[in-house]
Amino acid sequence: MIALLGGRRGFLVGVVTLAIGIVLPLVPGVYTVFAANLVCFALFAVSFDLLLGFAGLLSFGQALFWGGGGYLAMLSLLRWHLPGPFAIVIGTAYAALAALIIGRLAVRRTGIYFAMITLALAQLQYFLVFQLGDVTGGENGLTSENRGAFFGLPVENDMFFYYFVLACAVAVVALTIRIVRSPFGMVLTAMRENEQRAQSVGYQVDRFKLVAFVMSGTIAGFAGTLYALNNRLVGLDAVDWHTSGKVVMMTILGGIGTIYGAIAGAGLFESLDYFVSKTPIGDKTNVVMGTIFAIVILTARRGLVGEILSALRDRAPTPLEPEPEPEIGVADTV
Amino acid sequence: MAAGDDVTIDYILTQVFNGLVVGGFYALLALGLSIIFGLLRVVNFAHGTMYMLGAFVAYYGAQWVGLPFLAALVVAPIVVGLFGILLERLLLHRLYKLDPLYNLLMTFALVLIIEDLMRLVAGSLGSPYPIPDWLAGATNLGFTLYPTYRLFVVAVCLVVCFIVWYAIERTPLGARLRAATENPSLTRALGINVDALVTLAFGVGVGLAGFAGVLNAPNTNVVPQMGDAIIITTFAIVVIGGMGSILGSIVTGFAIGVITTIGAVYYPPISSTLPFVLMAIVLLVRPAGLFGSAEGAK
Repeated sequence: MIALLGGRRGFLVGVVTLAIGIVLPLVPGVYTVFAANLVCFALFAVSFDLLLGFAGLLSFGQALFWGGGGYLAMLSLLRWHLPGPFAIVIGTAYAALAALIIGRLAVRRTGIYFAMITLALAQLQYFLVFQLGDVTGGENGLTSENRGAFFGLPVENDMFFYYFVLACAVAVVALTIRIVRSPFGMVLTAMRENEQRAQSVGYQVDRFKLVAFVMSGTIAGFAGTLYALNNRLVGLDAVDWHTSGKVVMMTILGGIGTIYGAIAGAGLFESLDYFVSKTPIGDKTNVVMGTIFAIVILTARRGLVGEILSALRDRAPTPLEPEPEPEIGVADTV
Repeated sequence: MAAGDDVTIDYILTQVFNGLVVGGFYALLALGLSIIFGLLRVVNFAHGTMYMLGAFVAYYGAQWVGLPFLAALVVAPIVVGLFGILLERLLLHRLYKLDPLYNLLMTFALVLIIEDLMRLVAGSLGSPYPIPDWLAGATNLGFTLYPTYRLFVVAVCLVVCFIVWYAIERTPLGARLRAATENPSLTRALGINVDALVTLAFGVGVGLAGFAGVLNAPNTNVVPQMGDAIIITTFAIVVIGGMGSILGSIVTGFAIGVITTIGAVYYPPISSTLPFVLMAIVLLVRPAGLFGSAEGAK
């Protein structure tokens, strides 16, 4: 699957994805702020794919970085009256630091345990945000009237801000693809396939996992700060465990270990969620989204992009090896 | 009462009882999670949802057919247990051959579907469920007047936890269950139907959650999202106690209930965060959990 990220085909997929990103807010009927949210979620999903798809670690606490970054960004604007770029840097730095601390605890374990530990620690932050109401606004969250000063750039213009977000996202995704295709990424994949073997050839497995975890958390935090600035608000839902679950759903829906799958999954998920919310179901969209997710888990675990890739492969003139079921995480003792 | 100096012994004793009430619910939920985890290797995200469904069975039972509280305590766990068995047969069962994380994700999908379905049916505002007359009022404990219903909760939780512990540790069926937990393939080779045990374990586990839901219905508002917060705390408790440890779940459940309630006397904001802080410390010091075996540590 990693083949998708390199060579001519990878270049083509990248160009098409970028083109969709450039055209998206110009499509009639697409609300610009919604489009920018979509890009933020795509970046969030990429951060998660880096962790699950390449390091094989299923974190159920990504909202900690996404929401934590968002809160720090809004605090920078509202309490410390800093310009927008500083808000982004501070929010992202908080996510990186949190990922370093939590990662040191969590990467000692794998599989289910890793998922539960990340989930529980994210909930710790949720309760802190909830209870420190005089700082965080409690249930109301934090709302700003503007996106902060950006060295004179017209960021209050939604269209301008969309392209700013897109440029940030493209840069980070390109960097992520570079990372997963580097020797570092290869070691991650090797560890996911066979941890003992990777260890026996001398790699410090926990160290590699920690680096992947910190990178993932940093990107998620970065995406979260952009999301908060785009909406000029951050709320409790950003740090809630449902948000951690949402990014898991997006990535698996699109297909893990393909980066572009995460982007497609985020786009698909948010669009579907939007359309379902316009039906009589209203805000109970999880009935539909949960059902789709359950069906994907039961029948199409490669996700959208993975299934397309494997269908293309089946039609290829030279039969290649069948794509194996995606392995998520290292199985625990049975 | 936030300051430490004017806290009397009587007050602390009262808080210990409050802690046992909260801890009783934790223990019931953690116990069910542990039974399920032991056999299925599935961390049941939908456990809080089953707890919520138990409360709703009691609520709608009372509304529609006048189901009394004591009857609900029997009926609701059976209904929820059977529903769980159905889910296990239809969905979870298909994923056992894969990484257990897929089943974690499946139970997460179930949370989303069932919770929002209940919001469509019952709305999000919640409905009160009355305390039965014979448990209303307060009882004199010598040091304080304590709500009778809450004493009832503590007693029932202790009794049920003991019965389940006894059934697992001291009966032939429990022995099979433990054997299947320890070594499924060997147990199967001895002619024991492990698949049936797995299904039964899931039914019993979620049935316990349903039972906890009924028991808590008179204490809180019955709302679709009532399982949301308690389930994550229960996860932390299961990690502290040691995943899959029956005794560990019960003891840790009650202990965390008491510790957080006492902690809240001195510093209120700590109550909901303390379980997670304790979890982090336990993970650093004893990764397998307080009652877990070392091999479960990875």
